[in-house]
Amino acid sequence: MGADVILGIETSCDETAAAVVARASDVRSSVVSSQVDIHAKYGGVVPEVASRAHVETIMPVVEEALDASGLTSSGIDAVAATHGPGLIGALLVGVSAAKAISLVWDVPFIGVNHLEAHLYAAFLEEPNLEMPLVILLVSGGHTMLILMEGHLRYRVLGHTVDDAAGEALDKVARVLDLGYPGGPAVDRLSNNGDRDAIAFPRAMANDGWNFSFSGVKTAVVNHVRKRPDVQIADVAASFQEAVADVLVMKARRAAKEYGATGLCLAGGVAANSRLREMVADAAAADGLRAFLPSRAMCTDNAAMVAAAGWWRLAADGPSGMDLGADPSLRLPVD
Amino acid sequence: MNSSSDVRLSTAAPSETQAIAAAIAGIVTDGDLMVLVGDLGAGKTAFTQGFCAALDVTEPVTSPTFTLANRYEGRLTVNHLDVYRIEALEEARDLALTELLDDGVTLIEWGDVILPALPDDRLDVRITFGEGDDDRVLALTAVGARWTARLDELRAAVGAAA
Repeated sequence: MGADVILGIETSCDETAAAVVARASDVRSSVVSSQVDIHAKYGGVVPEVASRAHVETIMPVVEEALDASGLTSSGIDAVAATHGPGLIGALLVGVSAAKAISLVWDVPFIGVNHLEAHLYAAFLEEPNLEMPLVILLVSGGHTMLILMEGHLRYRVLGHTVDDAAGEALDKVARVLDLGYPGGPAVDRLSNNGDRDAIAFPRAMANDGWNFSFSGVKTAVVNHVRKRPDVQIADVAASFQEAVADVLVMKARRAAKEYGATGLCLAGGVAANSRLREMVADAAAADGLRAFLPSRAMCTDNAAMVAAAGWWRLAADGPSGMDLGADPSLRLPVD
Repeated sequence: MNSSSDVRLSTAAPSETQAIAAAIAGIVTDGDLMVLVGDLGAGKTAFTQGFCAALDVTEPVTSPTFTLANRYEGRLTVNHLDVYRIEALEEARDLALTELLDDGVTLIEWGDVILPALPDDRLDVRITFGEGDDDRVLALTAVGARWTARLDELRAAVGAAA
C-alpha cells in the first residue's frame, strides 16, 4: 500500500508537536515544543494563551520534524492531526494546519482521536505487543481502564466518576504549593516522603471498574488544613500511593477477569515513577507482561498521532475535509 | 461576591449537598446561570452531580477542569464550566459564555474569577468548609431580578431538602 510515511500533528493541549513515522512503528522524527514555561506562571494551561502559542509554533515544528526525518514533502504519504478531545482553539490550529498541508502536498488527511493515539504510543516501541491488553490511560483530563482486544478494538471497562488522576495530582500540587506542572512535582517530592505515613482513602477500591479521585483530593485538603506543620513530602508520597494503588489494583483485577496477557500504561501520568514501579511489580507477580512506554511517548507527542493515523487510514480511509475539531470526542468502542 | 447571603445551609455529608443541589434543580429553567465558588475539595463538582442527577442526566458528570466545558442532556441541557485555569478576564471570552447561556442551564465552577464578565442575573453558591471533614456551609445569593423574584420558591425548595 502507498501510505507508509505519516506526518503526525498534535495540538490538543499545551504541546505543539509534529512527527514523521513510517508504518506506525518506525519513528523518523518527533519534535515537541512545550508551553510548560508559559503556563507555569499561570499555574496551569490557559486556553487563549495556548491557542496563540500553537499558531506561532506549528509551522516551525512541522518543518523541524520534516528536516529531522531526512525526508522532503514528497516523501510524506499522508498527514494526521488530533481533532479531539482537547481545547477547541488549540485543536483547530493542528487540524487547520493538517488540512492545508493535505491540500498543498496532495496527500490524504486523517483526523485522529487523541485517546486512541495515546493507546498507540505503546506500539511505537513494541510493534508486536500481544493482545488482549489492559491499558490504564491516565492523564490530566482522562482516567480510563481499557481492554484492547485487537487493533482499533477497545472496551472502556471503567473511567473516573469525578476528577482525572492527573487532575487530582495537579490540584494537590497546588494545595501543597509545589508549582506547575504538578504531577512531576508530586512525583519528585514523594521520593523524600513516607508513602505509608498517612492512610488516605482508596475510593471505590472494591466497587466495579470505575475510579474516584475527588475524595482523596479532599482528604489531602482536610489533612493539611488541620495540620499546617505536616511534612508535605509525607503527604505527597501517601497521596501518590493512594492514587497509584487503586489504579493498579483495578488493572490487575481486569487483566485476570478478561484474560489479558499484559498491562500497559498510557497518558501523561504514565510517566509517574511510583505508578510505573507498581505496574511492573504487579505484572511480575501475576505473570503478565508490563509495558511502560518511555516518558517521551507517555506525554503528548505527535509520533503516537502518526501511528494511530496509519492504522485508521488503513482501516477507514482518509477523513473528509469537513471533519472539524471536537473538544469532547470519545474513544470509539465496539 | 457579597458576604451577606440570602440563604445559608449547613450540610454534614456530600449527599446532603447534593440533595440541596437537586432541590434547586427542581426550580430552574432554561437560561438560568449559577456560579459555584469554593476552595479545592469544597464540593463544587459534587453539587453539580446532584444537580444533574435531578435533571435526569444519565452520563457521568466529571470535573471539567481540563476540558473547561462539559455539556449534558437531561430534562434540560446543562452546561458545566470550570474556570479554575482562567486567571485573566480576557481569556473568559473564549468560552463564548453568552451563546452558552441562551441554551440550557449553566453552572460555572470557580466563577468568582470572572464575575465581571458574567451577567447580572444569577444565583451565587458559595461553599465553605465547616468544623468536621464532611461539614460544609452553603451560602446562596440571588443576583438580579431573575433569581430575586424566585427567592421564596428557592427557600421553600431547599428548606424541604435540608
